[in-house]
Amino acid sequence: MKAKIHVTLRKSILDPQGNAIMGALSGLGFDSVSGVRQGKVIELEIAEADEAKAREQIEEMCKKLLANPVMENYEIELVS
Amino acid sequence: MKSCVIVFPASNCDRDAAVALEQATGTAPDMLWHGETDVPDADLIVLPGGFSYGDYLRSGAMAGHSPIMQDVVKKAEAGVPVLGICNGFQILTETGLLPGALMRNAGLEFVCGMQMLQVANPESLFTRGISNRPYVEFPIAHHDGNYTADEETLNRLEGEGHVAFRYVANPNGSARNIAGITNNKSNVLGLMPHPERVVSPVLGGEDGATFFKGLVEALG
Repeated sequence: MKAKIHVTLRKSILDPQGNAIMGALSGLGFDSVSGVRQGKVIELEIAEADEAKAREQIEEMCKKLLANPVMENYEIELVS
Repeated sequence: MKSCVIVFPASNCDRDAAVALEQATGTAPDMLWHGETDVPDADLIVLPGGFSYGDYLRSGAMAGHSPIMQDVVKKAEAGVPVLGICNGFQILTETGLLPGALMRNAGLEFVCGMQMLQVANPESLFTRGISNRPYVEFPIAHHDGNYTADEETLNRLEGEGHVAFRYVANPNGSARNIAGITNNKSNVLGLMPHPERVVSPVLGGEDGATFFKGLVEALG
């Protein structure tokens, strides 16, 4: 099974990279953009056929390593 | 006094730390590779600066989970003094030994240069030896030094005297100008600036030598 994990900065955390991207977009004339947040996507393959079990393991991975709960949120998307 | 320095892949201030420690203690520290599982008995454990694991995922994230860190955490919780400098500070937050996180600098640029620091708590284990110095000057060199924690944590750190050093002129957007903090038991210090780089006049300063000498005296 494949999984995509979206790691994003928590809403309460300032995102200077997102702000810089918004500044660059506005410099290119895209004035309609009112906010940018940058995050990352981690794709992994997991040898687990059961969705619930896979999700449970990935949750654990996120808590232990893939995301830092002090500043980041994560969303798990399973792609079978 | 016995000290040791943990060496991670892409640590780059480990030898500077060793020079500073040998100068202050008279004995060369043990250099321990991250793949080891046991830290021998030591009076001080140093996590050096650098870019451990290439800063992959997040600065300090991989190193924080490397084999040796389990024993470092155990020893820190048992009261052994631990000093994390720069990347070492990032590693300490990733292991949970220190609260908060170090994010990308607010100006997005790598910052380096000499930095004036206020000794915010002159009574901590790590600053007692320099309590006659309201300010010290250490260099900084980092991309992710923007200290972040929730308001409650910041208030607690300030209220309980766990802010050890503050920037006089904030170089990276760090909350409350924080440059270094200690843990609840005050035996773990995370410090973004580099005292180990200013231990001789030929290196541009001696405040680091004063810091390490004071720390060694405080440790008895």
